[in-house]
Order: sequence, then C-alpha cells, then structure tokens
Amino acid sequence: MIHLTASQMASKLIAGETTSVELTQAHLHRIAEVDSNVHAFLFVDSKGALEQAAAVDAKRSAGEKLAPLAGVPLALKDVMVQKGIPTTAGSKILEGWRPPYDSTVVTNLKNNGIVILGKTNMDEFAMGSSTENSAFGPTHNPWDLTRIPGGSGGGSSAALAAFEAPLAIGTDTGGSIRQPAAVTGTVGVKPTYGGVSRFGLIAFSSSLDQAGPCARTVLDAALLHEAIAGHDPKDSTSINAPVPQVVAAAKTGDVKGMKIGVVKELNGEGYQSGVRLRFEESLELLADAGAEIVEVSAPNFEYALAAYYLIAPSECSSNLARFDAMRYGLRVGDVDGASAESVMNLTREVGFGREVKRRIILGTYALSSGYYDAYYGSAQKVRTLITQDFNKAFEKCDVMVSPTCPTTAFKIGEKSNDPIAMYLNDIATIPVNMAGIGGMSLPAGLAPEDGLPVGFQIMAPAMQDQRMYLVGAVLEAALLTRWGAPLLSQAPELVGK
Amino acid sequence: MALSYDEVISKYEPVLGLEVHVELNTQSKMFCGCSTIFGGEPNTQTCPVCLALPGALPTVNEKAIESTIKIGLALNCSIAPFSRFARKNYFYPDMPKNFQISQYDEPICTNGYVDVEIEGDEGPKSFRIDIERVHMEEDTGKSLHVGGATGRIHGAEYSLLDYNRAGIPLVEIVTKIVPGTGKYAPEVAKAYVAELRDILRSLGVSDVKMEQGSLRCDANVSLRLIGAETLGTRSETKNVNSLRSVERAIRGEMVRHAELLNKGERVVQETRHFQEESGLTRSGRSKEQAEDYRYFPEPDLVPVAPDSVWIETLRQSLPERPSIHRKRLQEAWSVPDKEMAAMINADVLNLVEATVNEGADPTKARSWWLGEISRIANDKDMAIFDLAITATDVAEIVALVNAGELTDKLARQVIEGVIAGEGKPAEVISARGIKVVNDDGALMAAIEKVCAEQPETAQKIRNGHLPAAGALIGAVMKATNGQADAARVRELLLGHLLQR
Repeated sequence: MIHLTASQMASKLIAGETTSVELTQAHLHRIAEVDSNVHAFLFVDSKGALEQAAAVDAKRSAGEKLAPLAGVPLALKDVMVQKGIPTTAGSKILEGWRPPYDSTVVTNLKNNGIVILGKTNMDEFAMGSSTENSAFGPTHNPWDLTRIPGGSGGGSSAALAAFEAPLAIGTDTGGSIRQPAAVTGTVGVKPTYGGVSRFGLIAFSSSLDQAGPCARTVLDAALLHEAIAGHDPKDSTSINAPVPQVVAAAKTGDVKGMKIGVVKELNGEGYQSGVRLRFEESLELLADAGAEIVEVSAPNFEYALAAYYLIAPSECSSNLARFDAMRYGLRVGDVDGASAESVMNLTREVGFGREVKRRIILGTYALSSGYYDAYYGSAQKVRTLITQDFNKAFEKCDVMVSPTCPTTAFKIGEKSNDPIAMYLNDIATIPVNMAGIGGMSLPAGLAPEDGLPVGFQIMAPAMQDQRMYLVGAVLEAALLTRWGAPLLSQAPELVGK
Repeated sequence: MALSYDEVISKYEPVLGLEVHVELNTQSKMFCGCSTIFGGEPNTQTCPVCLALPGALPTVNEKAIESTIKIGLALNCSIAPFSRFARKNYFYPDMPKNFQISQYDEPICTNGYVDVEIEGDEGPKSFRIDIERVHMEEDTGKSLHVGGATGRIHGAEYSLLDYNRAGIPLVEIVTKIVPGTGKYAPEVAKAYVAELRDILRSLGVSDVKMEQGSLRCDANVSLRLIGAETLGTRSETKNVNSLRSVERAIRGEMVRHAELLNKGERVVQETRHFQEESGLTRSGRSKEQAEDYRYFPEPDLVPVAPDSVWIETLRQSLPERPSIHRKRLQEAWSVPDKEMAAMINADVLNLVEATVNEGADPTKARSWWLGEISRIANDKDMAIFDLAITATDVAEIVALVNAGELTDKLARQVIEGVIAGEGKPAEVISARGIKVVNDDGALMAAIEKVCAEQPETAQKIRNGHLPAAGALIGAVMKATNGQADAARVRELLLGHLLQR
C-alpha cells in the first residue's frame, strides 16, 4: 500500500478499501523499519498521526464531505511550525521547543484532513544542499545510503523516495525543494512567491523562502499544492488572487502548441554528461508531444549565485537575531552573575552550526554601513536584472526548462569542506527564487554513469504555476511509457534494521 | 563658577533639533492584533508575532498608517506615494526580534512645518519649526533591572521583561535643525512640543501623556559662537517627561555646553538623561562611534502605497488647527492676551474649554483651573491632565457655587477631595458632610459661644473697632468646619454685637 501514489491512496480511502488509520499505520511501520538507515525524520508523531487519521475516518463514516487528500499521510519539514510538536529547523538552538501555534500551512493541511506523520530532517535553518548541516546528523539518500538526499529538504525527499510518506512539505529558498527532488527521483514544486503563506515558516531569507509540495508524481504534487496554497492575511507578502488551477493542469497534461524555452546559460559546461543526456531526451519527448522547443538566453543568470549569497545571508543575519535565549529554545551560560549579553553570546556560539554562523557573519558584513551599497544594494540590482531576463525570455516561450542541478547526488562528506562547490549545486535553481516565479523538478531518468536520478526543471511566470504542471504531466507520462514503471521502482530495496 | 544664562546667550547661539516619539492610540499593536491598553499584567498582551516566536510574521495595522498620514498632513508634510519599512538591527533583551521595524530612507511623511508662538520681551513672537520627517515604527518591551546601583542593565542582579509594550505603534516626528531662536530656544522648544501635543490631541491619534510616555521628546542641542557658520557638537537629552522639563533640559544643556566651550573643552556627542530633581543631565551612551544598525528594507512587509484619494479624504477631515482654535476661543470668551497666555502656559486651555462646554462660565472655569487646581498639580508635581478631576467635575462645582450650595472655600475642599480620589463632587460632598451652614439659629449659637469665649474682642467691636471682627468670624468659621458663609456670619455677628 505504501508504494501507491497519494491520489491512488485517496481513491482507496474514498472507495472504502482502506482507512486512514490503516494507511497511517503502514507508513509508521515503514518508518520504524527503515528510518534508522535513512534518517529522514527528526520526530515521528505516531500518536498524533493516528488520532488525526481516526478523526478523518470517523468523518468519512459519518458521510461528511472531505477534501481530496483527506486521510493521506504526509511528512512535514521541520522548518514548519506545528502546535505542540517539537520544531527545531534542524538546529540545536531550538532543541526542545514546542510551538504554541500552527503555521498556516499546517492549518491548511489539518483542514484538508491530511495526516501529519512527523517532522523531517533538514540543513540547519534550511542552509545547505545536502542535509549534512543538520545539527541532528545527515539524512541518507535511499538510492545510495552513502550519498546525500539533497538539501535543505533532504528529509522530505528521502521520506518520499523511501516510501515513508507519499507526500511531504518542503521549503525552497534557493532550490531546497527542487534539488532534493532531483537527486532522489521525486517531484518537488516551488510555487510562485506569495502563493503559499509563510506564516509559521521559520524564516531563513524572507524575500526568497517559499513552501511547496513534494510528492512522487506530478498529480500528487498538484493536489497538495492546492491544499496548502491561497491568500493569507497573516502574511503581508501573500498574493491575494485565486490559486492557479494546478490539479486541472496536472490532469490535462497538454503541451501542444506550447513554446518551451531551453535556457542557454543553464546547460553545457559544468553539467554531468548523464544529466545532459536525460535532459536532451526529455526535450525530445516534449517535442514529440507537440511542444515547440526554442532557445532562450538569460545573460544575468551568471550573477545569480553571487547575488543570492549576499541577499540570503543578509536577511538571515537579521532573521536569526531572535534566537537569543531570552524567550525560548536553548539557553547556555545562565549562571549566577552572567550578563544577558554573555548568555546571548554563549547560546548563539553553542546553538548555531558552522554554516549558519558563516552566513550570519557574511550577511552582517554585507549590511554594514559603508558596504551596504556595494553588496546588498548591488545584489538587489542583480535581482532586478534576473527578473528582467525572465520577463524577456517569457516573451518568447511559455515555460523555461533546464536540468535541476548540474550533477547527481554526491557522497556524504564529499563537499562539506568546500562551501563554494556546495553552493554551485544550486546554480540552476536560484534564479527562480531571485525572480519570485515558480519552479518544478521532476525525474528525468538515471544518469548512465552512476545510475542515480536526474532532475528536469520547469520554470513558469509568476502565478502561472499551472503551466509547470501541464508540461510536467506530459513529460512524466511519456517517461513512464518509456520506462514501463515509475523510476523509483528501480531504487534498491531498503533493508530494515 | 556656573555661568548665567545671560552670559551663555551673549556669546553663543543655540541650535535645536527635536525628536518626538508618539504612541498612537490604536486598539491593536502595529504589527499584530494584541491589545495596546496601558497597565495590563506583564506579558498578557502578547502573541507569537510580538514575542518574535520562530515563524511569526508582521502585518501592518492600517489604522496606524491612517493616523500617521493624518499627523503628516496636520504638520504640512508631503505624503509619500510609496514608502517602506526597514529593519533597524541591534540586540537588546526587551526587543524580541532583536531588530526594530522602523522606516529609514523612505519615510511616509516628509518636509513639513509647525508655527509656534511664544511671549517675547516685546510681545508675542512667532517661529517656524521645519519638520524633516514623520515615520512609523514599533515600540520595544520594557525592562526592569533589579539590583545594582544604577537601575541599568549593567550591574543589575537580574532583569524582568514585559513585552506588553513591544509592538505598540510609535510615530517619530523629527525636526530639521532649528537655528535662530537665540535666547528663546528653551521656550521655543517647549512651545513646539506643546503645539505638537495639541495638534496630536486634536487629531485624536494619541493620548499624548508625557508622564506615561505616550509622548516622549529627545532634545538635541548644540552651541556655536554667534555669527559662526558651522554647527557645534550636539548632545541628545532623553527622558524629558514634561513640557517644563523640555525647557529646563535645554536651558541646562546650553549652560553646560557653554561652560565646556569657555574652558576650551569639547562637547562630547552623546545621549544624556534628564534628571527631574536636579534639572541636570547625566551622561548616557556615547555616540562618538555611530552604532551600525544595518538598516535594510523589511522583506516581510510590502511597501506602503496609500491611495491619493484616501489621502485627500483624510486631508479634508482634519480638525481645526489648535492655533486657530485658540484665537476663536479667545474672542468668544473675550479674554485678554495675558490671561490667554497664562492658560496656554499652564496647559489648561483644553480643560477650561471642556468645562465651559459643560456649562460653566468661562471666567469661573478659568479661575479654578488656573488657580486652585494648578496649585495642587504643582504641589504634587503632576501634570494637570493627570489629576483625577475632570472638566465635568469642575463644571458641576461651579454650578453648585452659583446656586449658593457651596462657598468658594467649600468648593476648594470638594476639589481637593475629588483629586484625592474620594469620588465625584457629589460623593465628596456627602462623604465629607460638606454643606453651607445657612441655618441662622446654628450660626447665632456659634457666634454667642465665640463672643463669650473672647469677651475682650467682642467689646472692642462693640466700641466700634470693626477690624477686630475678623478674628471672631474666623473662630466661627472654624467652629462650623468652614461650612458657613462668611458674609452671613459677619452680618449676624455685627447685628448681634452692635444692636444691643
């Protein structure tokens, strides 16, 4: 049962062939069996999940009209606040904190009857591309346990690939939904900025952060997307407009007459040969399905990474200032005679990991008087140029495409001491965040040289998220026909403990 | 030897700069729905947003924007079609996010002015104070540092934090530099803050209570030699909690600066704290190394872009300007300039007006507020506004005096009782048993008793030495607990002694 898609599970629930409790039990069992190897979860809320499941079953028995995904379990990235449930954002500094409120995403999930299994591992405060920066140890890629599952949302993507959950919530600041999806052979969508409320999402970089759906199929992602999206008065940057019709688009899946723009700058040098091979194949399949493939150029994308590493750290240096031991979380050095200042210093010294400190220092420096214009100011200008590149390109095409990442999953530890190499992993995903538009990654096959999943990225203009699903569904169907079975069926069987 | 003020101004020209923080009286906080009511139990008016819990986001209070635009319009400012919030980053335990949401290079209102009038040596003198900007921000929480000598965080044993105030909407009104006030600098500063307060009160956007901190003034002063072009080094005085203190603080700083400069020393650029008791300031934080607040646009909030039609609607709805309002009152009441100035100076004009609106005669209303009640306020060292007596109370007392039910002397007792918190006038009258003794029989009994006790004085009066009557009248008043009408006592006493 755990190998079904979320929409198949939903159908079985509606047909009365299974119950949410049964489905939840099955996933809890799977987690108990394999998670000691995968380490996708930081906290498993067995009791709460079963209670939620029972409540949904009761409503269903009572004949209540339920949301499409009601009763289907989900894994929640630990950056998302859930009332009463330990929420750490992968950091020691929040260890033991139980939020007194629900994020809007969690409220939406609960309103949809989606069962929350637990909290998934992540790079501390979503800073990283490998989940190695989690204060609670790395997550392992189910395709190869010696490799990274991507990051920051590696726990969510690994949970999907390991069949520990059929759905997951991720957040994407520079690629944290899409890159993990790419390297684990799953689907991940970063909606248009403002499409999903950020209220209750522990902020890394406010102007870039966006929560989104993670799943094993395009339709499942669409169903989850509609469940969590929509205007939220508690988030000033939330868009007050109807949610794009992504489920309908995922069901239609049509690219006839669509122009698909291949980004010249996001291909070629630096991209692994198997990644390029699978990307080219996907383009052919889309062309066969009736799309017109065109080349588009985005000359300013080459500055995106540098600008990102000024904006994101700047915002994070300020966002993370609240972790000061005064009101919640870790408190270190609170001994007789210690000043508030020394407690703040010691707590932050002990509570934050190396990458987080690196970015706080970087951001503090970039915002300093005298450097602001040269760093933060220039980075914002680059951001405008990137948006203009997208706007120009979208005059020539309906969606833009590229490989999601330059390489397949690397080995755990391989890049931990080389931040720049690590940062380069997000070179193709960052422009989407900088422009605030939507991006999707879906599996394009395995790279022949290492047998690891390759991701195909689709980018759509702001609030045109349905276009990604139209294209994604077509490509997914074509690839399924070619493979004969979902890509994940080729993943090695995970052994229990 | 301390310099005299005259010596200071004969040599130096003061340059002022005033920053006024106003707490808006919105029902909810600037960026969340928490209540803003003053005086709640600590940390009961808080939520994930104003406690800066992980994941919480601010949203803007529209009412606060409206109030700020009204302030800007009343101060003749331009209202920016597009303005932004910015983060001011610094660590302090009473600031939950460790940054304050404020406005930096894109404030909502800019370039206005306020005209103020003071009593100069040769009659009224008017000054224009240019306003640089009006912007919105949030208040911090409150720290109570327990133990230690200074009441400051350093040296304290522990600190208690109350976040009820964290996130209350604040508006900061900043003047451009104000040169050219010469010797009137302290009065001009006071008049400016008073005018600002009156404007804010007329707009109904703030309680404007300096003593409760809903209106706070930071006074910047520098001196330069008369005729000099370049500005001197300024000091910034905080903790100036009343109009009188504004004047005293500036005067004090001018003298302090002049003494330093005369000795060839330099003024340190720093924050200073005004001390009510001494009227002096003490050194606070040095601003020589400007603190780096790392301002940047607040990414959690969309820019403020007020609709121009809305701004015009607000402009049309502005109340009468206090200065015009005052002129109108003066004519209606036919009050001489000097009396008017006295009321403004004593800060009772609004109270007198309210009392008149409750039906009291302007002259009577004025004399109570300016006389007895002002005296009590001074004795208690409180703002007259904060005394527990209202315009309605005073109007009632005036009416009772007119009806002969209270004498002036009894009225004073009633006022004292109301201010002491004994209740409304009627309650004080009944609780204290205050009433005019107009029962001639009772008075005669008292008179006869007094005459018997002081036969020599009584004899003097009988002999035609009338000034001696005062002593006996006083004794009768005392015997009747002041409740008698002194004129009637005199009448009866003289009748009693002279007609026999």
